[in-house]
Amino acid sequence: MSEPDAPQDVPAKPPSNPPQQDPIFKARRGRNIAIALGLITFAILVFLVTVVRLGANVLDRPL
Amino acid sequence: MATMTSAITATSDTPARWQDYLQLLKPRVMSLVVFTGATGLVCAQAPIHPLLGAVAILCIAVGAGASGALNMWYDADIDAQMRRTRGRPVPAGRIKGAEALSMGLILSLLSVMFMGVAVSWLAAGLLAFTIFFYAVVYTMWLKRWTAQNIVIGGLAGALPPVIGWAAAAGEVPLNAWLLCAIIFMWTPAHFWALALYSSEDYEKAGVPMMPVVAGAASTRRQIFIYSLLFVPICLMPAFTGLGGVGYLSVAASGGLIFLVLAWRVMRSRAGDSADPRLDGRLYDVRAGAKDARNLFAFSILYLTLIFATLLVEAVMGLPAFLNLMPGAA
Repeated sequence: MSEPDAPQDVPAKPPSNPPQQDPIFKARRGRNIAIALGLITFAILVFLVTVVRLGANVLDRPL
Repeated sequence: MATMTSAITATSDTPARWQDYLQLLKPRVMSLVVFTGATGLVCAQAPIHPLLGAVAILCIAVGAGASGALNMWYDADIDAQMRRTRGRPVPAGRIKGAEALSMGLILSLLSVMFMGVAVSWLAAGLLAFTIFFYAVVYTMWLKRWTAQNIVIGGLAGALPPVIGWAAAAGEVPLNAWLLCAIIFMWTPAHFWALALYSSEDYEKAGVPMMPVVAGAASTRRQIFIYSLLFVPICLMPAFTGLGGVGYLSVAASGGLIFLVLAWRVMRSRAGDSADPRLDGRLYDVRAGAKDARNLFAFSILYLTLIFATLLVEAVMGLPAFLNLMPGAA
């Protein structure tokens, strides 16, 4: 008959990386920023193209 | 087959970064397309608002990138077996094929619609045709079916200057098609020179490139024949009211060098023997392949130079050398 194991200190779980340092988090953050920049650029382009295409015609419309 | 499938379906531990999605768009091809498209747009000498010109170039670039993503989705099985392409995001498992497909489709639609609404529906139609031709006709059909794949498929890479011209002028006269013809006739010599010193890769992947199907000697002969046709076409813009004296000098002197290099390739043993000890070093020179590599490198320089000269002359408003066809411009 063996003696029951003596209680041992449970080794503390090593602290996991903060989410900001997680590679998945960093990759997702990079992708989100890229998509945001793309969408913002697209919206600005659509606005500027609209202004250019309308041109002086805006002033010609009946009031 | 099992290797092929596992290579495609494997997923990487590394999460996809935004750079991987950028790589799907083949940025180096995009830069070439931007350059030739801009040359067409500027050479048209038509009044276009700078912003709309920039939008046209952007749409051409995004359209080219979209067709690149569609190509990477469909060709993942081939890419996984070739040294040059096995690190691409889909075969490397960093991006799923479905993601590449959806990105390609969405960007295709976006670029064509934006080109139509903002700039010109003629340019949008040509852009849509180019994407279709590259992604469907070349990638899904010609590439795996015939040794003439890059000859016919070269049309997709040759159309950007026509799209640029259409965006600026709203029409595509003879000179626009001349720019297209230059790139079209440049493609076989360029790609076959590359294929001469990487043909085992294509053979392993089952791609019927000319050296694999017809042999190295026949490919070397065809390179020279295409070069004989290509160089005179490069001179033509100087006689159709498009290129000036500078262009004629660059096209003629560069064309002469091109012909000499193509002649050397024909006389060489490039592609005849493959040395397995060089596996993994794609761009190292095998015995007899140095001439093919020289032609490959010079073909890029030559095309860049003649388009750059046309661009500079058009921007500076320099006069054309001769115009034997007044309706060409």
